[in-house]
Amino acid sequence: MCREPRARGHELRRSEQSAAREIPHHFATPRQAYESGKLGMWIFLATEVLLFGGLFAAYAVYRGNHPEVFVYAHRFLDARLGALNTLILITSSLTMAWAVRSAQLGNRRLLTLLLALTLLGGGAFLGVKIVEYEHKWKHGLLWGEQYRPHHPETAQEHSSAPEIPRETPPGDRTNIPPAAIGPPGLASSTDEERAAHASAKEPRNVHLFFGVYFAMTGLHGLHVIAGLLVIGWVFVRARGGAYGPSNFEPVDRAGLYWHLVDLIWIFLFPLLYLIH
Amino acid sequence: MNGSTAVADNYLSHGRGFRSWFFTLDHKRIGVMYLASIFFFLILGGFFAMLIRTELLTPGRTIMDADTYNQVFTLHGAVMIFLFIIPGIPAAFGNFVLPVMLGAKDVAFPRLNLLSYHLYVVGAIFSVVSILLGAVDTGWTFYTPYSTTTHTSVVSMTLGAFILGFSSIFTGINFIVTIHRMRPPGMSWNRLPLFLWALYSTAIIQVLATPVLGITLLLLIVERLLGIGIFDPALGGDPVLYQHFFWFYSHPAVYIMILPAMGVMSELISVFSRKHIFGYKAIAYSSVAIAVLSFLVWGHHMFTSGQSDLGNMIFSALTFSVAIPSAIKVFNWLATMYKGSIRLDTPMLYALSFLLLFGIGGLTGLFLGALATDVHLHDTYFVVAHFHYTMMGGVLIAFLGAMHYWWPKMFGRMYSEKAGRLAAFLVFVGFNLTFFSQFVMGSQGMPRRYYNYLDRFQPYHVLSTIGAYVLAVAFVVLAGNLIHSLFRGRKAPANPWGSATLEWMCASPPPHDNFAEPPEAGDPYDLEHLVYDESIGGYVPRTAREGA
Amino acid sequence: MGKMPISLIRFGEGSFWMPAPASTAAPAVDRVFDFILYVSIFFFLLIVALMLFFIIRYHRGRGVEAEKTATHHTGLELMWTVIPLILVFIIFYLGFTGYMNLATPPANTYEVNVVGQKWKWLFTYPNGHVDDNLHVPLDVPVRLVLTSEDVIHSFFVPAFRVKKDAVPGRYTNLWFEATEPGEYDVFCAEYCGTSHSDMIARVIVHPPGEFEKWLQDASNFLERMAPADAGAKLMTTRGCKQCHSIDGKSNIGPTFLGIYGREGVFKDGRRYTVEENYIRRAILDPQSEIVAGYEPVMPTYKGRLKDQEITAMIEYLKTLKE
Repeated sequence: MCREPRARGHELRRSEQSAAREIPHHFATPRQAYESGKLGMWIFLATEVLLFGGLFAAYAVYRGNHPEVFVYAHRFLDARLGALNTLILITSSLTMAWAVRSAQLGNRRLLTLLLALTLLGGGAFLGVKIVEYEHKWKHGLLWGEQYRPHHPETAQEHSSAPEIPRETPPGDRTNIPPAAIGPPGLASSTDEERAAHASAKEPRNVHLFFGVYFAMTGLHGLHVIAGLLVIGWVFVRARGGAYGPSNFEPVDRAGLYWHLVDLIWIFLFPLLYLIH
Repeated sequence: MNGSTAVADNYLSHGRGFRSWFFTLDHKRIGVMYLASIFFFLILGGFFAMLIRTELLTPGRTIMDADTYNQVFTLHGAVMIFLFIIPGIPAAFGNFVLPVMLGAKDVAFPRLNLLSYHLYVVGAIFSVVSILLGAVDTGWTFYTPYSTTTHTSVVSMTLGAFILGFSSIFTGINFIVTIHRMRPPGMSWNRLPLFLWALYSTAIIQVLATPVLGITLLLLIVERLLGIGIFDPALGGDPVLYQHFFWFYSHPAVYIMILPAMGVMSELISVFSRKHIFGYKAIAYSSVAIAVLSFLVWGHHMFTSGQSDLGNMIFSALTFSVAIPSAIKVFNWLATMYKGSIRLDTPMLYALSFLLLFGIGGLTGLFLGALATDVHLHDTYFVVAHFHYTMMGGVLIAFLGAMHYWWPKMFGRMYSEKAGRLAAFLVFVGFNLTFFSQFVMGSQGMPRRYYNYLDRFQPYHVLSTIGAYVLAVAFVVLAGNLIHSLFRGRKAPANPWGSATLEWMCASPPPHDNFAEPPEAGDPYDLEHLVYDESIGGYVPRTAREGA
Repeated sequence: MGKMPISLIRFGEGSFWMPAPASTAAPAVDRVFDFILYVSIFFFLLIVALMLFFIIRYHRGRGVEAEKTATHHTGLELMWTVIPLILVFIIFYLGFTGYMNLATPPANTYEVNVVGQKWKWLFTYPNGHVDDNLHVPLDVPVRLVLTSEDVIHSFFVPAFRVKKDAVPGRYTNLWFEATEPGEYDVFCAEYCGTSHSDMIARVIVHPPGEFEKWLQDASNFLERMAPADAGAKLMTTRGCKQCHSIDGKSNIGPTFLGIYGREGVFKDGRRYTVEENYIRRAILDPQSEIVAGYEPVMPTYKGRLKDQEITAMIEYLKTLKE
């Protein structure tokens, strides 16, 4: 017994047009191929959300228990650069969405131009990130034991967290800072520590902020790079005329991924840069 | 007429050589490769288990020192969990059966499917390499700060697990999309075989939970390599946060393991009782309910960790809610057998073993979900026995049942029923001998992951080790039987067991493209229209028989 | 396969499943255990009975054909959903109330600080005495404040039915009231490395009046005992013996046998001779001088040993002649 494609009038929908040229043999109809691809991509995006979700959870936990650390340390981030990056990424999402539209309409020149602009935007984002990371590196604003802040401009040595031993040999745990008695289940700051931020004195464990910062922006940056690789490949194919009204799915899928990468940044930016 | 096709043009003979297998896009070949790899790691994990049980024959040193023992039990757990049981039934049988059960030609994304398998291989290599580089000794749970400070190859093992996680995620995506989009006309959601409902629910968990394991392992790796300080108390980090992250995945993971097994159960009980499954909707929806509820109970692994009393109470209450859908299934299966016509073929023996062994496993979960008793039983052998009864007595038994059920379809050969039944019996006996005494040992206070132990626990350990050796013998018989069938087994008919699901409508083994034309999808549990045909040793549609 | 689930909790004797209960909380925990046990046995036997009956009665070999029956039955399905639901709710409630008893210490507890480290438990009593076993008075609620020096450990006394993780960087606590004089095992119940299974201590429950006497004697051991004997005791209670043998075998640290007067070379090439000042430095600042062939893993005891104790240890080491 044959399988009948679900016919809805004579005119093929855009989705059916898209894959009409050649669909993999295991699909019965172009529509099935298109819908499957779309559903698959959305589920994949869901997994990415959960991947970052763990980091957002870690952020929430540490900020909830050490608010003074976050308020103190976020000052070292340049909110203007962060805002610039947000603008860049949003614009690149716009050019990407427009590129998908161009593919649907068969406008090859516009498509390649817009893809190129998207790549440029992503590259600019990474460039700004490199500037930011370099600044952190220069000032010793890194994670864990690498946190050794110094500010060349003011030529002033901050006293780094004195309780963390600099040369802790492996196995020596006797200098673990005394446990704070906080809500059961998570160590959290004492009242003195919370008050410290009011006096602008550097609180303990500031490196926690930078650990979270680098983990979140680092993982996000890796995803930006991955996105650029995918879009780059689409760009090369677009220049060769591979996409048109009957075949625009790869552009669409790449666009979906890029939008997610953008969306994640839109959450990262206020959480890291705009703390009050 | 003999039900088997000519040797030419089945998926096994369609293309030869390593490359036609390792780079295939045929879901059936991918399934077979998974089956071989997964079975290999089952044996490897079992080998580590034999080492453990032999060492535990006597308190103090028997055959190895403490550090080696710690590495061996870590590897036993990690190999069994990441390389056998989590890919397990979905990868080895789901891949093969799912498209054919839908009357389809392949899964939605064949290339992604191949990528899943390749990632499995890469992840396996990383894990095996870690054994050679100074094997991990943290326990498969990698608790911090022990795992961030120990001098063993934690990074390569966790990297392996990280990669295996993506293999699992991609399989999940593939299965969800295939079931959503590639059902044949006539197969509404209410006509979906229960094995597919199970795979679907499993895939939901795979897709949502595994990324959290991914980020957890990633954070563990950077913590070790770069000292970020998220989990390290010496740097102000929180080791209990690691436990929350880890169990947020690892608890749903056990339902990734058991749901496909329950799906297999629904097929086996129905077919070998010659009866329509009882309570189809209840079984289908309970699978989804288990998938959803599984995300809410992870804290029951942490009742003694210093978690708040309120947290403990909430997690305990939710844990009991997850018990109910499982209980519903058990009663539905029993009701299916009522007034049936029961044949104790090898797959059915495994199904019945599952009922008993998973029954014990599930019931002992009640002791662990209850707060007062869990405080005493946590981290003792009681827990070890509980999870072996559910994971081994449940999932492995169902895996073996699935293997014996679909073997004729996959390879076109029947195995010896006698040897099959003998192995099933030995597995049942050996398993109970090995693990039942561990319940008692645990409630008497014997903690787990112990190299050395007090003399009074020795009788339990000796009994347990004897059981392990019986299990080893059982596996030799089992594997020997199946391998022998590949060379000397009787040729299998299309439908030796008389199931009404679509994979039995094509030849054994199936042709490369599964079906020339997709068959009509009816009620997958309407067994009345199939009758046994002596001449082919299998079942045929009633009309065909009468017409012959 | 072969169970004897009858629980015989007799006062002072263990049962098939449980060690003899020795705390106020233990009988309540055991009652919860028994309830769940009976519920489990009932359902397990029910499943076994039904299964066996069906296999025999409807075995195809007897020529039985399948009969068409209902494929679902709302009443039946509701029943086997609701009854388990009620039962698990009862089990949850019993577990919860039993737990709240375990988790809520009464007022006026006797507090002991417990530190877990690889691979030893150390108990600090209110008067400052440090011991490697837990001594408690009978019929007095005792509260333990737990923490860890290094990795997560877990303090488990099966006879009392109590367990709590000892987490580095944080304090946890548990309480119990012992009801039977005697000695009971303390196990570490969270995997912590090589000698996890050797991290065993004892709880010694003293009859009324005897606990105070023990504490006084134990606290004064430095005064009562000869320095070398006191030093020997300290070597055990302070965890030195975990890494340093006294029989000549090299372990994580150099052996103590023949150590006084020993000559050797540090990692950085300098020569050393073991005498009083060297030993004192090795205890208080172990990272400053590492013997060649060993790793810098010894924790410092600065702030954790009195001068008198160090002197006692030195005297003891002098007695370990080859």
